[in-house]
Amino acid sequence: MFMDQRESAALDVSEVDVTHAQGQTGSSGGDNLSKETMQEMFWTMLLARRLDERAWVLHRQGKIAFHISAIGHEATQVGAAFALQRGHDWVVPYYRDLALMVAMGMTPTEFALGLMGKQEEPNSGGRQMPSHWSLRRANVVSHSSPVATQTPHAAGIGLAIKMRGDDRIVLTTIGEGSTSQGEWYEGVNWAAIHALPVVFLVENNRYAISERVDRQMAVKSVAEKACGLGLVGVSVDGTDVFAVHQTVREAVDRARRGEGPSVVEAVAYRITPHSSDDDDRTYRSREEVEQNKQRDPLLIARKFLIEEGLLDENTAQEMDAKAKSMVEEAVKTAEQAPYPSPEEALGPVYAEEVKRG
Amino acid sequence: MAEITMVEAIRQAMDEELARDENVFLVGEDIGKRGGVFRATQGLLEKYGPERVIDSPLAELSIVGVGIGAALYGMHPICEIQFADFIHPAFNQIVNEAAKICYRSNGDWTVPMVIRAPYGGGVGGGLYHSQSVESFFAHVPGLKVVIPSTPYEAKGLLKSAVRDPNPVMVFEPKKGYRLIKGEVPEGEYTIPIGPARISRSGSDLSLFAYGMMHYYSLQAAETAAAEGIDVEVVDLRTLYPVDRETILASARKTGKALVVYEDNLTGGYGAEVAALIAEHAFTDLDAPVRRLAGPDVPAMPFSHPLQDWFMLNPEKIVSAIRDLAGY
Repeated sequence: MFMDQRESAALDVSEVDVTHAQGQTGSSGGDNLSKETMQEMFWTMLLARRLDERAWVLHRQGKIAFHISAIGHEATQVGAAFALQRGHDWVVPYYRDLALMVAMGMTPTEFALGLMGKQEEPNSGGRQMPSHWSLRRANVVSHSSPVATQTPHAAGIGLAIKMRGDDRIVLTTIGEGSTSQGEWYEGVNWAAIHALPVVFLVENNRYAISERVDRQMAVKSVAEKACGLGLVGVSVDGTDVFAVHQTVREAVDRARRGEGPSVVEAVAYRITPHSSDDDDRTYRSREEVEQNKQRDPLLIARKFLIEEGLLDENTAQEMDAKAKSMVEEAVKTAEQAPYPSPEEALGPVYAEEVKRG
Repeated sequence: MAEITMVEAIRQAMDEELARDENVFLVGEDIGKRGGVFRATQGLLEKYGPERVIDSPLAELSIVGVGIGAALYGMHPICEIQFADFIHPAFNQIVNEAAKICYRSNGDWTVPMVIRAPYGGGVGGGLYHSQSVESFFAHVPGLKVVIPSTPYEAKGLLKSAVRDPNPVMVFEPKKGYRLIKGEVPEGEYTIPIGPARISRSGSDLSLFAYGMMHYYSLQAAETAAAEGIDVEVVDLRTLYPVDRETILASARKTGKALVVYEDNLTGGYGAEVAALIAEHAFTDLDAPVRRLAGPDVPAMPFSHPLQDWFMLNPEKIVSAIRDLAGY
């Protein structure tokens, strides 16, 4: 069991230590990622960012009712997703996981359909609010809005994997505020008792809507909570996609080897308000937000790849143009797609009603 | 055919289902070496091992929540909540998760699982070992709610619950675990979830009940018969989805309806039965629909005189039958 305290200073929002955090940039030596994979990770972050920004615009235009943003979380989510055997391992997400879902194969059109509550959106057929994920083809499990309900599910999936002797692992995500819930402790405790193949990724963006992390916990890091439950707890810079990848991959490898679960805390910053219904000016200064934009995970990854000669400026610009064009195409397709018919609201309530296509 | 107790019938059902399907497993508090505090799982740890008969932490929401996760992966858990009174920490997992996952994923995910819990009073259990909680769950589309009244029903309904592809709540009348004995056939059988049954045919009034109150109601009906009142008793068996046809047919036939339930009167399950009859069989009724239920105090008190005041019994039911028959 080990604890990495390097992010503890950054948890104190009153004095966010940007220079300290910058020292971790590119701390991915030894992770052996190919240039192509690193570029793909950057591309996934970029596409998620452009989708997210477009969603905010759609909301301002009155074209969608709600958006919950992942801007600032892209490194955490993409780093973690790329540590999985995607499509083989299982994922139990939460609502701030747009970049994770893009990495799991949700297309821009599918995301846009979800934003608009269209019939063919893959999460719920228009039943759930946007960003309430489910993608059966990618082993991404449906979740709800009450926080931490998904954590015991991840433990149960881990239990079933172990019972069947499969070589899969489960990644489940959550915000730091939600680790205050009893459901989080009970789920993590189960996984620890039975050494289940689960990685509990905590996306610590330092705010639970308006409540700072010091209103959620007396410890410096969520990783410390793992110590009390008897499993590995580790904290990583959640703005550094390659650092997150390495840390989560180690946790995934431990789980797959049968060495049990881990709590991985990735510390980042939610650059946007909690949701389109939130006004973050009521609880944090513009100066603080501007300061944290210097730790924008997308810019950090871009700068690192260019400086290391793994990406050139032209290619980066071409990627950006391509992402924007894909997003526009997706929005156009989604706008023209049909809504569900009212009578679809009747079901399926029970499994007997499900038509397997 | 052998006469066995209700708890033995429940144990047999789980034993047979564990043997039938390797995806079935048990999870709950003290269900392993102890065999459950009511012995419903006695001998099953020895037979199926600790991987399939899992002693859980003392944490009810995770008994259900972990069960849901396993079910999503394709297993079929039977979760035991030691007393129905302890199910409330798991309410969120049952009502917001298990019940809604099929609907909210447009059928992509389903939750095949059983949640068993002993319910009801009359055993000196005080406020927190006596509660009837069925009405909380019989309000929730996505769940099925079953309450057996005899060993035969208990075994057949539980086996159906384990084979059902949805979350099924099975509330077992704990006072009847050993008190209620009955014949159970040796061979394989199931009882479908859904239909109620007429357990005593009669012509003067219809009495609707389930679980322990059904047992008492049959006794009350015999006493009433000696007084010349011919009571039809309907054992509801499945509370959700409710068997409207059987309920309405009986109410129309006798023209008088008495609903008996042990839970608090207000908002209890009998209120739904009464509303169904009032709404759909009004013109066939010769009297207002009557409810006989527990009083509206928070829960059943411990001390015997207090418990007896709360708890229904055959005498109280006979009295209600006489009142309604004489209307």
